[in-house]
Amino acid sequence: MSDDQIAVHEPHAKPTTYVEPGPADRFENPGLPPHRPRRADVDDAAAKRAERQVTTLFGLSILGTLGFIVAYFLVDPNLRASILVIGHVNLYHVILGLTMAISLLGIGLGAVHWAKTLMPDTEIVEERHLQASDQEARDEAAGILSQGYRSAQLHRRPMLLLTAGGALGLFALPMALQVAGGLGPLPGDTLNHTVWRKGMKLLIDPSGTPLTPEMVTQGSVIHVLPEGFAGESSHGEDGPSALEIMEVKATASVLLVRLNPELIQSQKQRDWSVDGIVAYSKICTHVGCPVALYERQTHHLLCPCHQSTFDMTNDCEVIFGPAKRPLPQLPITVEDGYLVAADGFAEPVGPSFWERGE
Amino acid sequence: MTTIPQGAHAVRDQSAAATETTADDADPKLPPPVVYLDERFGVAKGFGLFKKVFPDHWSFLLGEIALYSFIVLLLTGIFLTIWFRPSMAEIEYQGSYELMRGLHMSQAFESTLQISFDVRGGMLVRQIHHWGAILFMAAMTAHMLRVFFTGAFRKPRELNWLIGVVLLSLGMIAGMTGYSLPDDLLSGTGLRFTDGAIRSIPLVGTWIEFFVFGGEYPGDMIIARFYMAHILLLPAILLGLISAHMALVVYHKHTQFPGPGRTENNVVGYPLFPVYMAKAGGFFFIVFGVLILMGATMSINQVWLYGPYNPAQVTAGSQPDWYMGWVEGAVRIMPGWESHWGGTTWSWNIFLPFAVLMGIFYTALAVWPFVEAWLTGDKRPHHILDRPRNAPTRTALGVAGMTFYGLMWAGGGNDIIATQFNVSLNAVTYFLRVAVFVGPVIAFIITKRLCLSLQRADRERVLHGSESGIIVRSPAGGYSEPHVPISNDEAFALTQHRQYPPLEETPSHDEHGVKTSDPNKVSGLRARLSAWYTGDDIVKPTRDEIAASHHHEDEPKQLH
Repeated sequence: MSDDQIAVHEPHAKPTTYVEPGPADRFENPGLPPHRPRRADVDDAAAKRAERQVTTLFGLSILGTLGFIVAYFLVDPNLRASILVIGHVNLYHVILGLTMAISLLGIGLGAVHWAKTLMPDTEIVEERHLQASDQEARDEAAGILSQGYRSAQLHRRPMLLLTAGGALGLFALPMALQVAGGLGPLPGDTLNHTVWRKGMKLLIDPSGTPLTPEMVTQGSVIHVLPEGFAGESSHGEDGPSALEIMEVKATASVLLVRLNPELIQSQKQRDWSVDGIVAYSKICTHVGCPVALYERQTHHLLCPCHQSTFDMTNDCEVIFGPAKRPLPQLPITVEDGYLVAADGFAEPVGPSFWERGE
Repeated sequence: MTTIPQGAHAVRDQSAAATETTADDADPKLPPPVVYLDERFGVAKGFGLFKKVFPDHWSFLLGEIALYSFIVLLLTGIFLTIWFRPSMAEIEYQGSYELMRGLHMSQAFESTLQISFDVRGGMLVRQIHHWGAILFMAAMTAHMLRVFFTGAFRKPRELNWLIGVVLLSLGMIAGMTGYSLPDDLLSGTGLRFTDGAIRSIPLVGTWIEFFVFGGEYPGDMIIARFYMAHILLLPAILLGLISAHMALVVYHKHTQFPGPGRTENNVVGYPLFPVYMAKAGGFFFIVFGVLILMGATMSINQVWLYGPYNPAQVTAGSQPDWYMGWVEGAVRIMPGWESHWGGTTWSWNIFLPFAVLMGIFYTALAVWPFVEAWLTGDKRPHHILDRPRNAPTRTALGVAGMTFYGLMWAGGGNDIIATQFNVSLNAVTYFLRVAVFVGPVIAFIITKRLCLSLQRADRERVLHGSESGIIVRSPAGGYSEPHVPISNDEAFALTQHRQYPPLEETPSHDEHGVKTSDPNKVSGLRARLSAWYTGDDIVKPTRDEIAASHHHEDEPKQLH
């Protein structure tokens, strides 16, 4: 671009789209500073060097692409190697990635280097235009609108507009209703109870072994599922579906711990336990993560998701974190030597919800 | 006898003249394919676009990175859909990853393992896709901050800012639906959180929960539904909005930083063809190349270490991708508040930090351009960017917002902070509960003071020039440091910005005691807020002050 093209845009040349610069302007706009030529603009050797660098980068890209294709077919996909610092890697994966990266970076770096060294770097100026139309165009638009409005007789028959607006506003509703109506069953009272029933055996997850009180040693923590949903019995022809098992795991998982009976503070907790063995819902009352971390020394249960902490010796009351309600206790008893549920959960398990009540 | 065909003289003269000025290609012709297209679509008329000028600044590349990583996401995403099976049906794994043979898992997880271990280059593409999503969100966020701090959202670009806010929020949902798909233990834990969060919404929570999951959690629908949203619905909306976003950039022409020669009525930079085609096109390949490098050398989301999803299991240190981290943090540090009224349960401990917080955040972003125009009373179009110091309250608000976000984000890693730095998890949480409110206030005050100090420094520089670093001793024995006047270019750049005197309250009654009914009247509240917003600005030197200071140039200032 030549210099005179820049000179046109001195601030004195007031174009029609001129935006008032404001009352506070202190200095006249000095205009663009003079262009400083780059080395490649004046020194042919430098320009040659730049050209060589760009072509080398493009050449590297070609090599990278070919390298990728060769590696894709010739390298064993299971080739492994130890790379210093990085460690054990799948070499096939790394080689594919590196050759592909060279292929793309060669093009990218080459193009940018080309632009920065050899393409013109004289700044040029383009005029802006006001977004707003001038009054004439607005008047014309208003005329067109008004004429169309009147030619459609809307000014005389307003009911046309009202009913058309109503129809257009409503016509999408059936489609929305169809989607929403078909989305899922209503919750009903699904959330209020789990599959736990009186007399259901407590099974170790995943083996499905029924538990006797002796198996629960002091300080141990056992993950438990209701009878029929763990081990072999859950995989038979008549067993529950995979979906049902998932839902049971998400709602009816229970943690079984044997506490020193003297530590148990509340009568209810003692009544619902067997010789210090207590069973609590594993589903956090906050947002439903499994409360998976048990601290043997303090008898605290910690949810790894949001760190709500429950005190097992105090009926799983919340002692820290965002959860509000204690974990629900599952009443247990012994039947034929096995640990069984004395009843279902007395309250909904898992996160709170609107209809939950208290 | 040879005759010179008619017209050849003219041709020769023309080419001779052309050689003198442009050295070669004096009579350029359109290449035949372009002629072909021109005859059918008139494309030649559109070639003016090639001369379109774009201004140059490194910060303008942030939006480009977002755009390019989106394209990378589309390309790698297509690759992944070829093998991924969005099904929660249970199967027994028999693939090549030996540690999991015989395990029961969903088809979604099985096909994720297949892509990772059995499809050639599948692991690479999966990792590029995940890194691309992380970069997409990061670049959008950085781009938004650039636009905010430089005031690029002002008229006429407010609606494009709104599109940007929608893009940011949809990008977050797109990312969330994406990392939920593999159905590994980590993504399932995220879904469990989503379920509990939806359930906390008052009145309609359980209905929405059952509608989204197709029944009780986890159900067997959610992966397929998220898959549809992730590969069809959201990309289509994103693509449409990104196109509109770009079209508006072209239509409005890009903003530019202040400087000599730059005005509100021009745009100074380099032409699209060839310079920006090479630079921007090249930059696409660089962004893609860097993402490939990341995918090749940095492992991400190692689902084979987490195992298939099991609602009864969880890993310590479970965390979402970074852009959900601040919401996660808010949920973690929130105290366990819950209210019960008339048989209803209000889970403030989830509803506030999840739905309400995000609602406030995106609403605040969306309305900001209109709030600022209301505070300054400014209705002019702006194409010259603000230097952040020249809008001190805006800059301070932005930094306060970043501080809030950052502290919430730290909350999302409170367990990692506790284990890595050997501090109490509870202490970290209690600290953050206070810090998220105090931190932004401190950040606001410090940033505003810094901006005002920088304004003062600019004013000093314009009036008295820059320090020369030379100490002069006068014959009388006094010491002084002469100042060197700054260049005219710099003086212009430091003073070209517009300042907004605070709006003044319109009196409610005129001098005759009659109630005024000015549609543009300024209420007392608005006047006070306006004074808070712009009232502290350091008034830039007047022409008289500049003239006076130049007059005193020769008299060396006494050092004290």
